[in-house]
Amino acid sequence: MSADAAPGPAGSREGSVPERPLNSGDAAPVSVVACPDGPLLIRGDFELVGADGEELPRSRRTVALCRCGASALKPYCDGSHKFTGFRSGR
Amino acid sequence: MKQPSPRGEISALVLTTVAGTVDDGQEALARLATLVAEALSETPDILYDDDLQLALFSLYELHYSGIDEAGDDWEWNPELLRVRQQIEAVFEQRVRGEVVLGALPGTTSEAVCAELFRMAGEDTGPSMSRFVATAASDEQLHEFLVHKSVYQLKEADPHTFAIPRLTGRSKAALVEIQVDEYGNGLPARMHSALFARTMRSLGMDHTYGAYLDATPAITLASNNLMSLFGLNRRLRGAIVGHLAAYEMTSSQPNRLYSRGFKRHGYGEEALEYFDEHVEADAVHEQIAGRDMAGGLVEEDPRLLQDVLFGAAAGLAIDTLMTSHIMGSWESGRSSLRTSEAMAS
Repeated sequence: MSADAAPGPAGSREGSVPERPLNSGDAAPVSVVACPDGPLLIRGDFELVGADGEELPRSRRTVALCRCGASALKPYCDGSHKFTGFRSGR
Repeated sequence: MKQPSPRGEISALVLTTVAGTVDDGQEALARLATLVAEALSETPDILYDDDLQLALFSLYELHYSGIDEAGDDWEWNPELLRVRQQIEAVFEQRVRGEVVLGALPGTTSEAVCAELFRMAGEDTGPSMSRFVATAASDEQLHEFLVHKSVYQLKEADPHTFAIPRLTGRSKAALVEIQVDEYGNGLPARMHSALFARTMRSLGMDHTYGAYLDATPAITLASNNLMSLFGLNRRLRGAIVGHLAAYEMTSSQPNRLYSRGFKRHGYGEEALEYFDEHVEADAVHEQIAGRDMAGGLVEEDPRLLQDVLFGAAAGLAIDTLMTSHIMGSWESGRSSLRTSEAMAS
């Protein structure tokens, strides 16, 4: 919302945001939020690939990746961490 | 939406009034205000009052898809809005009486998010999702979709009213969620469209409002709550909290719902709506708790109580709705008002 947005470091979520002309071909910065006691939330332009390098099926821009190990939808989160008492540590 | 059948004097008068012109409606409006005041003082419980809930639902519907035969110029008619506010005031007071908030958390995004997850995780009332997964009959699955269809065929719309009322981080978060709800630009991927496919797979009419006459007052109340929060700027904290609680109580139940429909032999077409929500809402609940609700409170700490109230209210009214449905099923009855609507 700041009117004086100026180019800033890639990945910064606070304050100034890098200017990115549309169709520039540049990727949007990627941010990973380590959600306490929950998944890794990934935003931005990124590729999600399997061990064979093939892109994994993905139906949304922002994804939550399982880090408790209990998801039935791995690599995606399905909310199971809430029922297994998973603690991420802070 | 096609005109619903009236459930008493007030809903009848609302529906006939908006079916006519504003000029011809002046006398009816005056009578309506008197009737509503009487009904509000006499109703044993507005949450279960079919006539008042349908009247309120119909008044709100003027802001959504409209009602067939009702002119759009009724939407901002001051006298009609005054009638809506009469009903809203008693409805809101009743809902507030149903909700008890715990100790308030801090006003940081993380503290708000953690408190919302705690509230959503408290097990209250019977579990409809476990019953649907393991024991519900095919007829009960149809009933379940009837209840859900009132909201799910316009999924996300009540919360969209909040977008222009937010700024910065909370606004960006709400829009991020809603873009996903509305299919990321693909109409067939809209959650409302996926729900319509589920209904079609079960041989049901997926027209918005097709089964409204069959839904009991408490199902309408659950929907009216979202419209109350979404259409009143003073309750912007509540609509945000409501959405966060919805997202936080969605992934696992939808996994179980999917299992229940699969158990009855329904295929991909029917299951996709539920399967999509398992993954989507595991993303949305994080964005909703931390960035939308937490972000809003960090920006304006005075909204903390409203955010928690909205979450608690949504959870409480849905628990009452679930209790009604499960209670009916346990005693071998339909949870719907009329079963004719289902047979058609």
